Amino acid sequence: MNILKVLAQRLSYALALLIAVLVLNFTMINLAPGDVVDTIAADMGGASAELMEQIRTEYGLDKPIIVQLGNYVWRVLQFDLGHSYFYNRPVTEMIFERLPATLLLVFSAQIFALILGILLGVFAAIRPNGILSHIVTLFALFGYAAPVFWTGILLLIAFSLNIPLFPVAGMRDVTIDGGFFPQALSVAHHLVLPMLSLGSIFIALYSRLCRASMLEVLGSDYIRTAKAKGLSPRDVTLKHGLKNALPPVVTLAGLQFSAVISGAVLVESVFSWPGLGQLALTSILARDTPTILGILFFSALVVIIGNLLTDLALRLIDPRIRKST
Amino acid sequence: MKTRVLTKLAMAVGGAAMLCSTAMAEEPVRGGTLVTTLPQTPRHLNPAVQSGIVTGAPGAQLFAAPLRYDEDWTPQPYLAESWEWSDDGLSMTLKLVQDARFHDGEPITSEDVAFSVDTIKANHPFKTMFGVVETVETPDAHTAVLKLSQPHPALLLAMSSQLMPIIPKHIYGDGQDPKAHPRNGQDVVGSGPFKFVEFTADQQVILERNDDFFIEGRPYLDRIVYRIIKDASARAIGMENGELHMTTFENTVRNIKRMSENENLVATDEGYAAIGPINWLAFNTGSDGPLADKRVRQAIAYAVDKKFILDAIMLGLSQDAKTGIHPGSPLYYPDVNGYDLDLDKANALLDEAGYPADSSGTRFSLTIDHGNPTTKPQAEFTKASLAKIGIDVTVNSFVDFPTWANKISNHDFDMTWDTVFNWGDPVIGVHRTYDSQNIKEGVIWSNTQQYQNAEIDRIMDEAGQEIDPEKRAALYKEFQEILAEDLPVYWTNTLPYHTIYNNKVGNPPLGIWASSSPYDLVFLKE
Repeated sequence: MNILKVLAQRLSYALALLIAVLVLNFTMINLAPGDVVDTIAADMGGASAELMEQIRTEYGLDKPIIVQLGNYVWRVLQFDLGHSYFYNRPVTEMIFERLPATLLLVFSAQIFALILGILLGVFAAIRPNGILSHIVTLFALFGYAAPVFWTGILLLIAFSLNIPLFPVAGMRDVTIDGGFFPQALSVAHHLVLPMLSLGSIFIALYSRLCRASMLEVLGSDYIRTAKAKGLSPRDVTLKHGLKNALPPVVTLAGLQFSAVISGAVLVESVFSWPGLGQLALTSILARDTPTILGILFFSALVVIIGNLLTDLALRLIDPRIRKST
Repeated sequence: MKTRVLTKLAMAVGGAAMLCSTAMAEEPVRGGTLVTTLPQTPRHLNPAVQSGIVTGAPGAQLFAAPLRYDEDWTPQPYLAESWEWSDDGLSMTLKLVQDARFHDGEPITSEDVAFSVDTIKANHPFKTMFGVVETVETPDAHTAVLKLSQPHPALLLAMSSQLMPIIPKHIYGDGQDPKAHPRNGQDVVGSGPFKFVEFTADQQVILERNDDFFIEGRPYLDRIVYRIIKDASARAIGMENGELHMTTFENTVRNIKRMSENENLVATDEGYAAIGPINWLAFNTGSDGPLADKRVRQAIAYAVDKKFILDAIMLGLSQDAKTGIHPGSPLYYPDVNGYDLDLDKANALLDEAGYPADSSGTRFSLTIDHGNPTTKPQAEFTKASLAKIGIDVTVNSFVDFPTWANKISNHDFDMTWDTVFNWGDPVIGVHRTYDSQNIKEGVIWSNTQQYQNAEIDRIMDEAGQEIDPEKRAALYKEFQEILAEDLPVYWTNTLPYHTIYNNKVGNPPLGIWASSSPYDLVFLKE
């Protein structure tokens, strides 16, 4: 009963937030000088005043901003995200076409960063002042500090050019014919470098947190008890230590989800990964308002759902949180 | 002048001979998939209603034009086997090749030519191409006669490459708006050497051989895959590791340098003369400030060292452009003032114009915008250069294209770096910058400098209608001389567009339209 009440409350917040996202973003985009017709004209290498006027009328861009906003929100409430001005296709269709690519990239990068981050964190925690611990810290900080597109290009130079192991761009090899497995293999092959560069930012976060959390746990009384019981160091570290050190890391991973999505925008551009990020970048540069708003709407939705799930999961796992509300 | 034309001719003949000898040495091979690039996703693939290089490249494979051009600016038969002006220059008769068919098997007739001209005229952004075409008569299925309201020599170039694709009336004539027609991007039915297979945004465009092409035995390739890769470094790496066979319209000089050092790759700037991209520093001549005075504009040109731009910023990969007509065009006239670095002259001109330096050495202040992230070095260099002659410059950083375009097209600027394309004939891409009738608020790449000169207007009017090539060249010579003196913009260099191809590629598209030429002759060596 209690949990349903919380859920209802969260959902009503989420709805208000979504409408705010739309209205604010719509206003912000329209505050910027220039519009999509300027970009369409540029894409054509120049255009006449008559043609530009004609396109503005067709798209309703000649109407006052407040009318345009009203029309837009009204359509969204009817679950219609509109047509892209630039590509002249339904926005929802374009988003669903690209969502799988982005989700694949984001989830694999997140999982990769979590696994490697936790491993490195545990190793560093076992000997907090050892040389390995410092190397791990250094390496992780480097990944965190380096701009992700730069890491991406370095990886390309190293593993596409000098040691040509991976393809330079795209999601699959179009010259491959064949069934599901060759295709899936091709996608996996193309996924490696983008996943590494996107994951590299988050390895630092997770390993640092895991290290700190492990150190705290390893210093607590029940670990001393476990050691005194004569358990092997491996059991002490993994079963008693890691298990209790993990929840903060998982929470952070949930909260970082939106950051991973924004990182994907850059990674997708470097590796020509055909996901939402590339579409977002193109649409922003083109002032393609319906597409930008559609993507922001979806991203907000994903983040809201992510936070909601993290919230609920923590309530289920940790009895203390359940009691406090 | 005459000797220059002759040398050009001799060079062209030599070039043609060379081409023949290489062609003889390398017998074209049938088959294979050419993997090439597009730097961004096209809005769609129908060049009749959309200009731009990313639509033009696949567009020129999907659709055939009446004419094609060789490396020497000479028109060649393509879908039209002959073309003829009437004596008064008011009509152009095209004879189409027999038995040409669209990709769905329907015959290509003069009706389709008439329909294509009407569609382009009504929807294409370049109104000057077919604006003077009043009607297209179709006396029989293979004859189309374009009737003009005035002589229009630019028509020849406008009938080539991506500018005049012959589109099927039975598909696009169904009453829907051609600009938003669903068949522009999917199930495209064309008339060219390659047929549509797939177009996926941000991934690839795939075309396959048209077995029923109207030129017997061609094309040689089985397939063309255009991979859409926005990142220039990624394209360069793809060329170096052999994943890509060819990339066109590359303009980041460091990547071009890298690729040209690879022994398997050839980098060339041949093929961009018709598209004709020119970098220039534009002045708002209509502003109240000092830039309204041509002496100030000349002083600025003298102070900005063009040699530095060509050698240090462009790494020697782009050509000196002294006028608004591309150096590769037969109409280019290079013997005008090139404004080589001369600070004394610059200072003298500013003194003469009545802008003395104050106690701190400053004469006045200006702003500069850069119209494209790639022209940032030029903008910074201009600031440093003009400081030497007492002009204090503030650089406005580039935010994004619409912001910049909005500012410039509403004449709210002092100076900006810009890149503008010739698009073949001066009537199509050059006149718009200097025509006093074309000062239009809110339209980018119109006469945003607000330049007005009745003499220039008159010359453009005459040259636009002059059928005699020699007289026409003389008019454009005068045009370039006056502009070099008035200096509404300071032309510095061609954009360093390069085609880079793997030496496996035979007959790369090096004609005047680069990748917007039909690839029916391109082949892959064994």
